Amino acid sequence: MRISCPLCGERDRREFYYLGSDDYANRPDEGDFDGIHHYLHLRDNPFGEGREMWQHEAGCGAWIVVTRNMTTHEIIACELASGTAPQARGAKA
Amino acid sequence: MVDLIAKSPAEGLLPVTHGDLTLRELVHDSITSVAPFNGKEKTVSTALKRTVGAGLPDVGRLLAGDKGEVLWSGHGQYFVLNGKVGKVNAAVTDQSDAWTCVALEGPGARDVLARLCPLNFGAMNEGDVARSLIGHMSAIIIARSDGYDLMVFRAFAKTLVHEVAQAMRSVAAQARL
Repeated sequence: MRISCPLCGERDRREFYYLGSDDYANRPDEGDFDGIHHYLHLRDNPFGEGREMWQHEAGCGAWIVVTRNMTTHEIIACELASGTAPQARGAKA
Repeated sequence: MVDLIAKSPAEGLLPVTHGDLTLRELVHDSITSVAPFNGKEKTVSTALKRTVGAGLPDVGRLLAGDKGEVLWSGHGQYFVLNGKVGKVNAAVTDQSDAWTCVALEGPGARDVLARLCPLNFGAMNEGDVARSLIGHMSAIIIARSDGYDLMVFRAFAKTLVHEVAQAMRSVAAQARL
């Protein structure tokens, strides 16, 4: 599997660290217990396309939101998380 | 004052030669990490142009100035080699003693690295910089006119020399066949 880092270009999967669903990019507000419960424990297990957080750990260090087909492992899109996270937070508020 | 004797990271390990391939240590006077604060890239670049002679390079590139070099070293981070970094709008750390720096030179240098690193070296030109793995070590790789500069954390000096020298020996032996 190869992932296209938006900074470094296409790289081998071994350079990347996998975190999980991009739910992790949407941190709940302090005191929002339902939000924290959801953030920590509740995950969908999608068949097909999903968005995930990967870090180019052994490369540039950037966090990347990868849109990936969970069934075929096809990588559909890769974008820098530092550009998308604030928007995602804004959309939730 | 006591004059302390500095010991370079790969002292006693290098140089190594196999066939036409050589691996030698590079000792930089200084290595400074510069991570510009949000939106301050332009002012940092202007300041570095004054003190180093080169501003911030594009992602994956190195710029040489008359008083040092500036290279991209990761997301939002740059290294200044052998150059002075004044007061700039950035997080600045002195990493001079933190890296083992070696130069791999000679025909077949690319074949040596191909055994150790998942990068596409055919796509790298002089002045290109990549962060990747050498074996299991996180590294900075700089393409030079006659080979590659490799940088890994200081503590990995022995492992780096061992891994690269072994690949050099094998590539040189195959070239003799």
